[in-house]
Amino acid sequence: MADVEHETAPAPALPITAPPMAAGTAATPLPMPPDAAPDSAPAREVMYRHSITVRITHWANVVFLTLLLMSGLCIFNYHPSLYWGNYGYRGVPAFLSIAALEDIETDEPVGVTTIAGHRFITTGVLGLSYNAEGAPVGVAFPPWMTLPGGPGLALARDWHFAAAWLFVLNGLAYLLYGLLSGHFRRDLLPASRELRGRNVLGEIWSHLRLSRARGDAARRYNVLQKLAYMAVAFVLLPVMVLTGLTMSPAVTAAMPFLFDLFGGRQSARTIHFITANLIVLFVLVHVIQVFVAGAFSGMRAMITGYFPIRPEKAR
Amino acid sequence: MRPLLSRRALIAAGSATAASLVSSCEKMSDSPNLRWLLDFGEFMSLHAQRALLAGQPLVREYAEADITPDFPPNGTERPAGMGYFQLVMSNFAAFRLTVDGLVDNPLSLSMDEIKALPARTQITQHNCDEGWTAIGQWTGVPLAHLLKTAGIKPEARYIVFHCLDEMVRTPDRSGFYYESIDLFDAFHPQTILAYGMNGKTLPLAHGAPLRLRVERQIGYKHAKYVARVEAVDRLDRIGKGKGGFWEDRGYQWYAGQ
Repeated sequence: MADVEHETAPAPALPITAPPMAAGTAATPLPMPPDAAPDSAPAREVMYRHSITVRITHWANVVFLTLLLMSGLCIFNYHPSLYWGNYGYRGVPAFLSIAALEDIETDEPVGVTTIAGHRFITTGVLGLSYNAEGAPVGVAFPPWMTLPGGPGLALARDWHFAAAWLFVLNGLAYLLYGLLSGHFRRDLLPASRELRGRNVLGEIWSHLRLSRARGDAARRYNVLQKLAYMAVAFVLLPVMVLTGLTMSPAVTAAMPFLFDLFGGRQSARTIHFITANLIVLFVLVHVIQVFVAGAFSGMRAMITGYFPIRPEKAR
Repeated sequence: MRPLLSRRALIAAGSATAASLVSSCEKMSDSPNLRWLLDFGEFMSLHAQRALLAGQPLVREYAEADITPDFPPNGTERPAGMGYFQLVMSNFAAFRLTVDGLVDNPLSLSMDEIKALPARTQITQHNCDEGWTAIGQWTGVPLAHLLKTAGIKPEARYIVFHCLDEMVRTPDRSGFYYESIDLFDAFHPQTILAYGMNGKTLPLAHGAPLRLRVERQIGYKHAKYVARVEAVDRLDRIGKGKGGFWEDRGYQWYAGQ
């Protein structure tokens, strides 16, 4: 049956899913229960899962957040230190800093990341990386992570602010749609019974076993999904926008309470960085979960809208 | 299922596009076809922030206890050349600030005359485009006062600040620092030409004898070593035409962030 072929078809080489490929391959050899063998599987139902608005805003977000992250890292490289409070510059104790230092024993340059006084050697990735000729380059985030891939603060700022506006407009369209269409209430808001400890623990257990949702459970997001999506859409991404605005002397002239909301101008910059990391973490887990749940059907659902429901196991 | 193949092709094509998107962004940045996208952020921020600031609110001012030690100087810390050296040696006695261009009464003011004008002192946050910030106290003459005294002509739209520091030495002497703002920012009460910092005379490293403070924009707009204030109707005839030394090198003219 064609539907089964979808599931076992090799996942196309998608760049956004490239890093967690190892997790994907680890998930695919999960033993298929004998009753799910192609010849005995009942006809699989296909549901319309993602509306056109959700699909467009989702992929637009992939593009805009990638541009924001890469240009943001390039901007960070021009002052690779983070502070708490209202001010921060070279010489002020930093909460986090990434620097190229010299190893006093070997005289070799090393990349050092300092977080809250703890030093980590991060040569090759943070603080010090190697260019195509193998020569060491003292730069916080390596050029392959940044936009532009090397020096270029003016260009990085152009990309960052253009992508920020596109991201905000896209996000507003999504929020408006989600509220008016009932998408948030229907698909994202967990019912009180879902929030009970027993259900949440059950979901955590089934996530740990990397099991795939079947039958009725596959029709809707599980409680962990709902909470994760809500945390990203209503907390992390809005915090990104607000901390970004707190770094604008024009915006804070009109809205000085932003300083107080985040504990100062430099705290806002630090929270902006930490929240960006949390979003990257979410994306990694999200992509791994798509692989666990079936990379091809998941990807197809977010492109075409249609998602195949795996039938309940025969007991 | 027939559509499968085409869908798979679509996904493959989509992934190829996504893969090439980011890596080719850099090359595309040079192409004029993409300039509109790169300028989109500045365009949106300028118009959104002008609407937000229509009531001309002041930026937050801090207490003396909030002034940060060792405020970092950025850019030029001591202009090269005999002209500036002689000004320093004379304690800026020979310095004159020129206010000219599209004004009815051009001005030429000594530092003593400038210090006798109405003054404003403000403790504000300085935002560098690199990400660091520091808090300093600035004392100076409101730019609005100078412009009103000189009588700005109705066709003037921008104020250009010509500086004494030569950033790039070229045979045609075109590498001096300069900056520009429009009248919206020029007439803001906190836009001043400062001659004092943290209760003392403005240090050389911070732009002595006069520097611009334009508090709703970021660092590079705050021109140091200002010697001439020129009212103009357009920016494309000055420098390389983008309104400032860094703007001529790719930075955004409007830098409210």
